[in-house]
Amino acid sequence: MVEEKIELIESHEHPLDGYLRKGRIPHIFCPGCSLGSITTVIVDAILAAGLDPKKVAVVSGIGCTGRISGYLNFDSFHTTHGRAIPFAIGLGITDPERKVIVISGDGDLFAIGGNHFIHAARRNADITVICVNNFNYGMTGGQVGPTSYIGQFQTTAPYGAVEEPFNLPDLATSCGAVYVARWTALDVRRMKDSLVEALSKKGFSFVEVLGSCPTTYGRRNQLAEGKMILEFYKDHTELQHGADTREVGIEKDGPLIVGKFVDIEGRPTLTDHLLDLQKRGRASVSKE
Amino acid sequence: MSKEEAELLEVMTGKHFVTGNIAVAEGSLAAGCKFFGGYPITPSSEIAEHMARRLPQINGHFVQFEDEIASIASILGASWGGSKSMTATSGPGYSLMVENIGLGMMTETPCVIVNVQRGGPSTGLPTLVGQQDVMQTKWGSHGDYEPIVISPSTVQESFDLVISAFNFSEQYRLPVTFLMDETIGHMSEKLVIPAKEKIKIVNRKKPTVPPEEYLPYKAGKDLVPLMAIAGDGYRVMMTGLTHDERGYPEISAEAQEKNVRRINDKIRKNKKKIIKTEEYKLDDADIALISFGTSARAAKGSVNRARKKGIKVGLLRLITVWPFPDERIDLLADQVKKIIVPEINYGQITREIERSSHGKTEVKGIFKLGGAIHTPEEILKEIEKGK
Amino acid sequence: MARVEVRFAGFGGQGIGLMGRLVGEAVALYEKGKNSVMTQSYGPESRGGASSADVVIDTEEIDFPKATELDYFVVLSEEAYNKYIPKLKKGGILFVEENLVHLDDNANKAKQIFKIPATKIAETLGSKIFANIAMLGYVCANAKDIVSEEALVTVMKQKIKARYIEKNLIAFKKGKEYKQEG
Repeated sequence: MVEEKIELIESHEHPLDGYLRKGRIPHIFCPGCSLGSITTVIVDAILAAGLDPKKVAVVSGIGCTGRISGYLNFDSFHTTHGRAIPFAIGLGITDPERKVIVISGDGDLFAIGGNHFIHAARRNADITVICVNNFNYGMTGGQVGPTSYIGQFQTTAPYGAVEEPFNLPDLATSCGAVYVARWTALDVRRMKDSLVEALSKKGFSFVEVLGSCPTTYGRRNQLAEGKMILEFYKDHTELQHGADTREVGIEKDGPLIVGKFVDIEGRPTLTDHLLDLQKRGRASVSKE
Repeated sequence: MSKEEAELLEVMTGKHFVTGNIAVAEGSLAAGCKFFGGYPITPSSEIAEHMARRLPQINGHFVQFEDEIASIASILGASWGGSKSMTATSGPGYSLMVENIGLGMMTETPCVIVNVQRGGPSTGLPTLVGQQDVMQTKWGSHGDYEPIVISPSTVQESFDLVISAFNFSEQYRLPVTFLMDETIGHMSEKLVIPAKEKIKIVNRKKPTVPPEEYLPYKAGKDLVPLMAIAGDGYRVMMTGLTHDERGYPEISAEAQEKNVRRINDKIRKNKKKIIKTEEYKLDDADIALISFGTSARAAKGSVNRARKKGIKVGLLRLITVWPFPDERIDLLADQVKKIIVPEINYGQITREIERSSHGKTEVKGIFKLGGAIHTPEEILKEIEKGK
Repeated sequence: MARVEVRFAGFGGQGIGLMGRLVGEAVALYEKGKNSVMTQSYGPESRGGASSADVVIDTEEIDFPKATELDYFVVLSEEAYNKYIPKLKKGGILFVEENLVHLDDNANKAKQIFKIPATKIAETLGSKIFANIAMLGYVCANAKDIVSEEALVTVMKQKIKARYIEKNLIAFKKGKEYKQEG
């Protein structure tokens, strides 16, 4: 048996130095919350995708996930509840070279902001949307949300959630997203590779990350520690690249299908259309 | 088409006969607007339609969004991307926009919102005039902020003053509301567009220090911070949360005092430079009319008619509705025995005038609740009662 | 010159709005010392039904932009006639499309009534769409304080599409030269 040598490195530098804002750490996330590690994965992916940091902008709505933008040392925008996507579209249009990433939660993106999501996918806006789905409204204290599964207990669902939740990958796919994937917070390597793909893609790409929220979700649903949620993910995850998104809805105790579901080439993006309109506009002038 | 040719097209120098809606669209282009995000609504839709045709010609962008909330959010985003941006709507759409107008106030984002007023509340009178959104433009969003709101009375002013709206928004870093109404929006009048070099344009001041020395929300004497935009390398940090000079969220009473006091004071303390009124035959008046927008036209007509009858009456027209010219009205209250306020609502500006005249003179509103504008004769009747 | 109020009215599709725009623009941009304001009804009645366009003309600044007491009423449909004839002031002047409008007692308040078969004239040019311009020619020749021919033709040449302008100018001339019987 060969003994693995572990060398401790002492350093005053952190691999993410320069990519997190000075003076903003420690973050506000709860112990056991996955948002910290997801933030790391997002930064790793931005670097691995080879994006020029000056040309990266992150936009968030409101909620726990919405706070990620404020820790990142890119051009970062923390907007109103539900409105990150249209803000991001306006921001992106001003420079086609800019990569605009929307990072927000399930309540922000799919309850109050749902209309913007489906239209952004329809028009193939050039943004990457990363949704950390924690199945509830964390920051406001654990209310039921649009991704809460039937039977889930939350402060405003004291007898269990009764409504059908959104199947986010299927929603994105049916509205025209060109890249759709889902991972759990545990799948850090696959998540990073997938994010690199999503970020490198033109048009509307969507990645759902199932997060761990022990404080306001787990405690009420027999998953009171972050570790328990991740263990649940480990036991229930099934990797199915290319799965039919209609089949990946989430049910209580059911399997969690993860993978890359959609990766389409060639669909013209909003930027393509707008630049084409400029050509047509200029042509109409020279005709006059 | 070259860049220079595109620039020429931004300003349609010459004489035109157009509606207020077309004039405001052309004015925005002359001011340098390069992005319009909007949602159709009567009676403002012609602005969106005109921008959809014109912006692509001058290397700008038009996007019709899924609703007014997306529209206002998009123009805030575009402003942070460095484009002058605008949206246009009417009452119901403005109601949907107010939350993000608050975001624009808190984050000090230059942009222009045109509200072509119709009768309300609710769906009200889609095709007919109203002036019922005056108070909403002041108090619409929650929290304390000091808006700049400009109201044109003519087609020419729809062009000229929307340029001022853009200039104010850039100079003081805030969303400026351009408060039109259905009558001005839909009527055609002569519009003279001057040569491009004759049009005064103000652009936001940008930082020049190295990024590590830049404090995005530290302001100088004018209380307006320098604005770095996305892509400048300053790693912009924008949040609707109360923030410190670095732009970092700080949830405390102290940070709130500093932050919110400054975004209000930058307008309050500069209001002498912002407020614009027109005074017509007020010097010797013992009755004053105070009005704005379409109503001010009929008010002026009634002054002329009354003067012919030897009644000493004059008009104070509010060109900027907000900030409010309290001090001028306070003085006027010393001079005249009656102030008459024609407005197409149930007494919005009238209350402000009561407040700022401190009970020193009678204030009488003439209210129409929407759908029709005052005639000069109707106002004259009230003048004759007071003589 | 005192204020002059003109209303053009007819049914949707007759090009009533264009009549108002052409006259308004001709006055505002090409008549020295005159101002004009053009307004259109924006209610549901502007789709189908009665359509109208008002032009207010004055040498003074136009304070009140709407027409309330018409000096001229130019009408090309029965429905529009019935709807708006009460607005014609006593002693005002009426222009009617004689085959489309039945006059009643209300017309008696007019100082003068000018009748023209504008649609028939237009049809001799191949389409009734020229009826509005034929009517404008007639108005231009007979109403002295609305707009000059020179100004109106200048604007027509700018605003009417090249492929239609020739026939419109003929329609205008025919209207201008038309003399009513009796």
